[in-house]
This record gives sequence, structure tokens and C-alpha cells, in this order.
Amino acid sequence: MPPLELLLQQAWNGVMLGVMYALVAVGFTLFFGVLDVIHFSHGDIFMLGAFAGLTVLVGLKAAGLGGPLLALPLTFAASILVTGLVGVAAERVCVKPLARASPLMTLLATLSLGLVIRESVLIFYPRGADPKPFPQLLPQGGFEVGGVAIRYESLVILGIGLAAMVAVDRVINRTKMGAAIRAVAQEPEAAQMMGVNLDRTVDATFFLGSGLAAVAGILSGLYYSEIHFIMGITGGVIGFSAAAIGGLGNVYGAIVGGLLFGVLQTTAAALIPRGSEFRDVVAFAVVMLFLVFKPSGILGEKSVERV
Amino acid sequence: MSSAEHRTDLTRRELLQGTSALGLGAVLVPTAAWAQKPTVKLAFIGPLTGGTASNGLGGRNSFLLAVQERNADPKTRYTYETEVLDDECKPTVAVQAALKATSDPAIVAGVTHYCSVTAIATVDTYHKAGMPAMVWGAVLPEITYSHKYVEVTRVNGTMINQNNVAADFAVKTLGFKTFALVHDTTDYGRAHAKWFGEFLEKAGGKILSTQGTAKDQKDYTAELTRAKADKPEVIWYGGLTPDGVRVKVQMDKLGVRAQFQGTSGIKSDTFNETAGPSSEGTLAFVEGAPTEKLPGGRRFLEAYAKAAFKEPSEAYGPFAYVAANLVIDAIEAMGPDRAKVAERLKRTRNPNTIIGPVEFDEYGQNTVSLISKYVSQDGKWVLWEDSEYASGKRTLPGHKFKKM
Repeated sequence: MPPLELLLQQAWNGVMLGVMYALVAVGFTLFFGVLDVIHFSHGDIFMLGAFAGLTVLVGLKAAGLGGPLLALPLTFAASILVTGLVGVAAERVCVKPLARASPLMTLLATLSLGLVIRESVLIFYPRGADPKPFPQLLPQGGFEVGGVAIRYESLVILGIGLAAMVAVDRVINRTKMGAAIRAVAQEPEAAQMMGVNLDRTVDATFFLGSGLAAVAGILSGLYYSEIHFIMGITGGVIGFSAAAIGGLGNVYGAIVGGLLFGVLQTTAAALIPRGSEFRDVVAFAVVMLFLVFKPSGILGEKSVERV
Repeated sequence: MSSAEHRTDLTRRELLQGTSALGLGAVLVPTAAWAQKPTVKLAFIGPLTGGTASNGLGGRNSFLLAVQERNADPKTRYTYETEVLDDECKPTVAVQAALKATSDPAIVAGVTHYCSVTAIATVDTYHKAGMPAMVWGAVLPEITYSHKYVEVTRVNGTMINQNNVAADFAVKTLGFKTFALVHDTTDYGRAHAKWFGEFLEKAGGKILSTQGTAKDQKDYTAELTRAKADKPEVIWYGGLTPDGVRVKVQMDKLGVRAQFQGTSGIKSDTFNETAGPSSEGTLAFVEGAPTEKLPGGRRFLEAYAKAAFKEPSEAYGPFAYVAANLVIDAIEAMGPDRAKVAERLKRTRNPNTIIGPVEFDEYGQNTVSLISKYVSQDGKWVLWEDSEYASGKRTLPGHKFKKM
């Protein structure tokens, strides 16, 4: 058994990982909640957010505006706008036209879109095949608490991640658009009869979910100081799994699922002999157990269909 | 199938082949000899997409450069066309690519594979089809030493010599004693860990932990936290550039006070560019001498720069260039006959190339005895002997940490 401080360090590592997973998972859960679709290009939109952020940062630096206090908010805003619009476009191209088709068709269409986004970055981004260094904009260095090394950078990333989650909560629970999203998620036809504009609500949902993916992408770049065009493949699968653990359709469930998935991965690597080889096996085995024994997830609601 | 139907079936890989063939054609069409010489087709297979694409693209460009030069040479008997295929560094995709190449009777030989997992997966395909395939980058010993197929040869060295030198150097020359090994769980990473571990123990080093990780894993904090607890003097990584970058950058972020040592898999310009200041003092080992130190190396680098490829040639580009030239030499001598070309290639003895003399043993393996040691210095890979670390002007991170 590893010493306690080592376990706590691994748990902290897992929380950092989990924050980014959670932000991606919230997107999956929003799309599923509103339209009952699994938007499999969402992982690549997360990657696109990171590349959009890098592009903006490089541009700002070239313009002499590379200071973190100005560059970071501008980068987040621009990337959220880019991925938000791409998300809306993805919905209009791959989801809406297939509304009456088998769900499998939507799945295939979004998977294909993910491939198009990924390969476009590979081909059109300068030397897109290479991993890209992401500028270090956050304070470096750190301190120790009870043997756990905590970096200032990690605290800022955690703070931004939590702020993004709180913002989503506020949007969903305290705005008119949020009420529309909740209404459509619950009963689209009734919501429409009550005057909710379905198209606008769906657009807003995809903008919000995809914008969160941009936040996750930039945070990932800041945390690892590196981004790569294939980062969305695993990021997407894990984000979806986290949403499934938490309960597809439940935003808080996605957050819990993301954090749980991150902690599962790091503690599996720490506790199990040859655990680093099996960290994904353990984490995905837990996903399978949830799907088999509690398909509604940790915070998922029971769905009763009356006929 | 109609041409219209065929167009709708175009895959990304076919598009890549098409564009590369068009690009090459545009360069070569003006030569008057083009129309008079019979045409022979060569295949190139490597990772053009995915995490190791930078190495694959460097290899492809070097291969195309060799073909371009030979086509421009009026003394050649044939005009060479190319078929470029992407193996994505994935065994299943590689087998499909190999099947595509071998089933095209116009393709006489191939310059094939950077990734060990793809090279080992396709060995039987080339043998069954009787198509000569010269490996240009993969280092797993079994690719040549697990059989005696006449069709499969390898111009670069294996990881056995590389790890022998790497272990001896770390222990006997640099004086490091304790090591934490991290490797990817592909055949490539596992075999590197096996050979490095064996040679390390023979040299007197001690392995504190060995951890396997998934290829293309993003987060290494769990593994590095675990390794850090053992306080190793060296973190050794057996894997390729993208993962190597992550391990090194995250080592620094976690405050792991250890020397970082990698394999030939991380010796790429991309490693230094992406890891940035974190790359400083990293060690890597590659078969053969540095290209610029060889008689023809400078000419290769100049020609490569003149061809204005978008991507750098990377560490194994020169091997792909030499492989293409050796294959063309064999075709020029034997004619476009797969069996004869394979026999000729297997008997390759001492031609002077830009990587030095090439000599294949009975397994078709180039017996490269020289292993070059590199250290990352100011964002560039510098031959250890030429570096300021060797001269004592700078101190390796691992030595600094030992003194702390």
C-alpha cells in the first residue's frame, strides 16, 4: 500500500484530470438531454478549441498583446465563439437533417464529422501532424500541503474549470434560455406548445456545450503545455464515458462522472500492481458496470415511458 | 466500376497518394527521357497521419527526394513512379496498405514502415506476395531476426545495439545508478524496456520501477508521481516523440528531480520544438552517424532543403532516402522483377551511402555497429561528443539533481 501522501497526490492529479473530463462530459450530457443524441464529434471540437486557443494566443503575442491578463480572456472568448459556432453548424449538418432517421445514422454522421475536423487540423494547420507547444501563461511554481505538491498553475486551472461549471449551472437554472433548454429536455412538444423556439434552444444548447469544450481544450493546453490533433479521440471517449457514469442528461452527473473518471484512472495507476497498464481498463470497466447495473448513472433520473 | 463511381470511393489515403504522385509528376514531367524509359512503380509506406506522422512525413519526403533525383539522372534505365500509402502506425491499417501495394503487379518493391508495430505485422504479407520491402525506421529486432524471408530487409539498425550503448553510457560514463522505466505498451516500447533493462542490469544499474503506459496517453502524472516516490536518478522512457514530450514536460511540472533519457523514438526536431525549454539535457540514441557528419549527408540535407518540403526529414529520413536508392540500384541491376530484386537486396554489401557503408547479414539486417549518442542542447540535438555537456561547460540535469 503506498503512503497516504502518495495516494493524496494521485487523488489531486485525478481531480485535475477530472475537471477537464467534466467540462467535455457536460457537453455530451447537454446534447443528449435536449435531443437524445450522442454527438461523437464533440471530442474533436474539444481539440479544435485547443487549437483555436493556440492560434489566438500566437496572434496576440505577434501583436504584442501576449500578457496573460489580456490574452487569456480574449483567448477563451474567441475559442468559445469558434467552437460554439462549429457546434451549431455540426447540429445543423449532422443532427437536424437526420432527426427522423435511425439514431445510428446520427452517430455515424457525428463520428464522420469528428474525422473531418481532426484531419482538417492535420492537413491545414501549419505542421499539423506535430504536437504543438502551448504557451505557459499561468504562474509557475507551487507549494506543498501534507506532502502533496500543488502548483499555482493547477489552482488557476481548477478555478477556471469550476467557474465554467458554475456559469453553466447559472445559465441553465437562472436564465430564460436555460429554462427553455430544460423544458425541451423534458418534453420538446409541450415546450413548443408553450412558445419555446425549438431551433433556437437547440442552437443555444450546442453553442453552450461546444463552448465548454473550448474551455476544456484551452485548460488542457495550459495544464500539459502541449496539444496534439489526436487529443480529441481519447478526450471524446472519456468525456462520453464520464457523462454516462454520471447519468446522461444530468449536468451535475457529468461533473461527478468526470471527476470520478479522473480519480479512478490515477488511483488505479497507483494502487494496482502494473496499474499504469490497466488504468484505462479499470476506468472503462467501471463504466461497463454502471451501464449494466445502473444504466441511469449516478445522478441520472429514472425514465418512465407511458403508453 | 465507372470512373464516377471510383471518384466517390476515394479515401483519404488514396488522395494522399494521388497528390504526392501529382506533385512528383509536376517536377519530373519536363525531362525528355521520361517518355522513352519504361516505368517502374515503387511503394512507400509509413505513418502519414496520427501521432507519429511527423516522422512518417519526413521519411516520405526523403523517399520522394531519392526518386526525384534518380528520375532526373539520364543514366537510369527506368522512370520511377511512386505509390505513397499511410499505415497510421497501426498494424491493421499497415496490413491493408501492404496488401494494396503487394497486389499491384506494377509495384516492384517498397520502402516500408517507421513503426515497429506495423513493420512486424506486415512481414508475412511481403513474404507471401514475394515483394521486396526494405524497412526504413522500425527498430524491433524480430522484424528481421524472427525469420529468413528474402523479401524483408532493414536499412536501419535494431534496438539491441542501441540499448546496449544507452545502458552502458548512462551507468559507466555518466555514473547514474538508479532508474525508473516508463514505456509504451506496444511491441516497440515493451521490447525497448526489455533490452534496456537487461543491458542496464549487466552494466550495474538498478531498476526501481517499470511502468507500461498506453500509446498516445495524455496524462502521465500518475506514473511520474509513483516513480518520483522512489527517487530515481534517471527516468527512462521507451516510446515515441509525442508521448516522450508529455513525459518530459510533466516531469518538470511535477518537480521530478531526475535525468530524462529516451530512445531513438524521441530523437526528432519535434521533440525539441514541442518540449521547449523542458527538452534541455535530454538524452537519446540513434543508429549510425549524424547525417551532417557523413560525406553525402550535407548534400542530402541541402537537396532536402532545396526541395522545399513542408516537414523536416527527422531522424529516419536519411534511412528512407538510402532505402529508396538501394531499391532503385537493385532494380537498375536486375530489372523490374520482384524475386530478382529481393535476392539482390538481400546480398547488399558495402555500398557507400549517406548513412555510411550498408551491409546486410543473413537475415537482411544492416549491421550498423555505430550508435550515436545525442543530447538536447539549446533546442537542438547535438552529438554528445560535440556538446557542452561532454566538454564540462554545462552540467546534465541529472548530475545537478545528484548534487542537491
